[in-house]
Parts: sequence; structure tokens; C-alpha cells
Amino acid sequence: MLRTHMAVAAGLLVATAGLAQAESDAWSDIVADVFDGRAMQQSDIVTLETPYRAEDAATVPVTMHFAPPEDAGLRVERVTLVIDENPAPIAAVFELGADAGVSRIDTRVRVQSYTNVHLVAELSDGSLHMTETFVKASGGCSAPMGKDPEAAMANLGLMKLRQFDGANPEAQLMIRHPNNSGLQMDQLTRHYIPAHFIHSLTIAQGDAPILKMEGGISLSEDPSVRFEFEPNGEPIAVEAQDTEGNVFSENWPIEVGRSGT
Amino acid sequence: MPATDRTFAAAAAFWLFAWPAAALDPKEVAPGVYVIAGAVALASPENEGAIANIGFVVGRKAVAAIDPGGSATVGASLVEAVRSITDQPIRYVIYTHMHPDHVLGAAPVVAASGAEVVGHAKLASALAARAEHYLAGARDALGDEATDGLEVVLPDREVAAIATLDLGDRPLSLRAWPTAHTDNDLTVLDERTGTLFAGDLLFTEHLPVIDGSITGWLALEAELTSLPAARAVPGHGPATVDWPAAAAAQFGYLASLADSVRAQIAKGAGLAEAVEAVPPPAGNWALVETFHRRNVTAAFTELEWE
Repeated sequence: MLRTHMAVAAGLLVATAGLAQAESDAWSDIVADVFDGRAMQQSDIVTLETPYRAEDAATVPVTMHFAPPEDAGLRVERVTLVIDENPAPIAAVFELGADAGVSRIDTRVRVQSYTNVHLVAELSDGSLHMTETFVKASGGCSAPMGKDPEAAMANLGLMKLRQFDGANPEAQLMIRHPNNSGLQMDQLTRHYIPAHFIHSLTIAQGDAPILKMEGGISLSEDPSVRFEFEPNGEPIAVEAQDTEGNVFSENWPIEVGRSGT
Repeated sequence: MPATDRTFAAAAAFWLFAWPAAALDPKEVAPGVYVIAGAVALASPENEGAIANIGFVVGRKAVAAIDPGGSATVGASLVEAVRSITDQPIRYVIYTHMHPDHVLGAAPVVAASGAEVVGHAKLASALAARAEHYLAGARDALGDEATDGLEVVLPDREVAAIATLDLGDRPLSLRAWPTAHTDNDLTVLDERTGTLFAGDLLFTEHLPVIDGSITGWLALEAELTSLPAARAVPGHGPATVDWPAAAAAQFGYLASLADSVRAQIAKGAGLAEAVEAVPPPAGNWALVETFHRRNVTAAFTELEWE
């Protein structure tokens, strides 16, 4: 419940003020608020790729890699993608399926201004591993809003799954959704346009979860999640829920990773 | 309404005093049709936000300004330019689309004239959603001082399909287009001289920028280029160009971009990979560094649904 974390941030802010002058205020607040101030180590377990410049503020590609921990008994359970300077910094939290072998996730985010981007992985022993990048905002007519909200609404909930075979099988789940932020004033009515976004997404193969995502408004319009995984031969099942209570679900037969069967 | 008039007069005096008209030289491209060509560049303190082509048409009774430009300085200079040509009132400010380099100059024009602001039916919601972002961007690009008091003006009148504005024996045909450069593109045709203000549906010199739909833009090529005009005023580039010959380069770029991006999608490339892989365009386009990768991004996220 990200919203709850936001609400308590004010209380924790005082406790952490001045603690990390070198880091941005936004990040130290987030560490305190979302991660209870727990220690994090910078490690090779997570790597993050973002463009140096947000060419299109509404659609900034992010690639997250997860390397297996040295201790074979451990695994990455959860990763949190944070865009420090966005109005809602927690872009997404991904829970990785225990047996799915997810080693990479690509998604797309909105970037409001010059910002650090952090990726935090939580291992099964509770330790936190972090990496960061910096993204320059684009200027001029590039804005972090969808290009054609009417078209996005017309196809609300339409899903597409693409599968990519190879040494590391991949799939990409796409959902038509405006993912409205709720932060934009409609200057005609003087009301805020209600937030309307995908907040929960589950991708499984048969009964085995591949990943579960809790998303926020920093994910781009028409959310896309592409992932490397180990197919088990079962169909891929997706269920997504948005903030208006809509549930979208669909199944696809698996088409990748069949070698040897 | 004397009170309103006083408000306009006071505001106009403020703007014209605060922003003495720069050397914006209106060029008469056809009888009664004037264009002030913008720099083919990003907004900067040097160009004061004058980076889009703007213009005005003078009828027997009234003047229509077509895009008030990218800053209050530009808008105030536009008022001065009109005043140097005619005493007719500026009755309309027409927006060709929502982008800041075209619309942020509206406030001083409206303040000086009380003009009615006209735009595509989808413009208000698109501009309202982006207003804060555009104002912050203008402050970054032009500096705090140059953007002090800058504001966004939303349209008073919306055009959903077609409309005609009469300036006194001078009909202007307005046409609202489906999503292309943006979701709120509108063209203005001065029927008397066959001069088409194409807005950013026509880029010349400046690399086209996709902020709407690449397939939508390509799909309207035939209809757009069949508009009966002798010349066009592009949103960026020279004050006027031959019509429709000058549209060929833009549509060539968009078509080849769509082909290259479709090829990347077909071979399974991800977005970040495609942005690196799609080659920059041939030809003498300006601002490729700034906009080509962004165009690849926009095209990819649209075409991957095909």
C-alpha cells in the first residue's frame, strides 16, 4: 500500500533530516519511508539501464537485470523501481515468482524532471541491494502525459502478449490503459482529472507465478512489462486490476522454451 | 464593457512596456497575409521563444492571428507587428495545436485586443493537462525573468470538424484533423489567396516531431496535400513553401521511420534497443539529435500494437 507509506512520510522526515546530505532529499525520504530506513548495499545483484536523456518524457525505457546471489540458497524476492523526483516516486514493485527464473524486466516510465532512478532488490534473507542511475528530463513539447487519451480509453483493457524465443526466452505483456495520474487539473472544470491506473498485475504460468506487479502512476500509458523467464510449458495467465475496479484477464498458450520437450 | 476594456488596456500597456517589441519582421507572403518566421532551433534566451512560424491575416473588418508564438515577448511583438500594418482589431487568435512554442504568447495578444481564442475541440483538455509542465519548461529554457507572469490561455471556441471565420470579405476555413502531429491539429486556409497555415502538420527544415500518431499522420497525407492552396506556411522552416511539393520530405521521413521501426519490432527488439538501432534520417534536417530518438520511441510504442 504505497499510499499509506506516503502518508507517514511526513512523520519520518524529521528523523532522517540531515542524515544523508550527499544523497538527494527525495531519496533519503524514500529510504526512510518505504524501506523503514534499512541499510542497503550497492551490489551487482541488480543493474539498471535508463537512457541518459528522457527523449520522450511520457515513455522512458527502463531495463532491470537481476543476477543470482552468490549464496545459492538465496534469491531476489522483490524489486522496487523508484523515480525520485516524480510526484509519486514508487513506479512499481515487482514480486518475482520463486521458480520462474526472472532475470530481467523491461518497462516504461514517465519522468517529470531531472531525477535519480533507484532500483532496490530485496533478497530472501531480507537484505536490500541497490543501484541507481540519473535521467535528464527532456524539454520543450515533451510532456509526461499520454498522446491520445481518447484512443487509450476506447481500447481500455485490451491486452497483447508477445513471446520471444531464444537462449533466454522472453515475453512482453502490453495493456491498453491511459494510466492517468490524477495530478492534472482540468482547467475547464477546475477539478483534478481522477487518477485511473493499473495498480495490480499478475503474470503466471499455470499456477506458478512469474511476477506480480504493484504499479503506480509513474508507469507510462499502455503499460508494458517484458521479462526473461524459464517457461514451464504451462499457458501464460494474466490478470490486471485498475483503480476503478476493472479486472482484465487473459490466457495464452506458451510458445517459447519448448526445446527438449 | 468599459471595465473589461480598461483591464485589457492596462494589461496591454504592461506587456508592451515589459516586453518591447523585438525585431520580429512580418513578411507579406500574399496580399494581406503576414508571416513572422521563427528560428529553426530550440527555445533559448537568444531567440526569446520565437521558434515557430506565426502570422496574421488582415480582412476588411478584423485580423486573425494564427499562433501567438512561444513567449509573452513574441505575443507582444505580434501585436506590434499587426499595429504596424493595420488598425483593424485582432478578433481571433487561432491555435494550430497545443505546443508551447505556438501558444504561450497568447496572453498579451488577448490582453491587448480581447480576441476570441479558437482551437481544435481536443486542444483544451490536452493543453490544460500539460500547462504546468509547459510553463516550467519555458522557465527553464527562457529564464525566470522572461517568463514572469507567463500564462496559458485556453480556447473560447472549439472546432470539432470545420468552421469558417469571416474577417470581412475574407473567409478563413478552419479544419480540425484526427490525431497526427498531436491529437489537436488544426489548419487554416485563407481562401482568397490560397495560403494554408499548416501548423505542425507540415515541418520543413526542422525534423518532424511525433506527439500524436505516426500512422494517423501518414494516413492524412493524401487529404492534407489535396487542400487547394498555392503556398503553405509550415509550423517550422521558411515563411512560406510550395504546396504541396514541400510536404514530400516530411512524409518521406515518417514513412521510412515507420518502416525501420516495424523492422525492429518484427525482429524482437525492445524499445531501448530500437531507439539505438533506427538510423537517423538522410537529408538536411535540423534538430535530429533532439528529436529523432524521441520519434523512434513514439513510433515504437504505437506500432508494436499492430
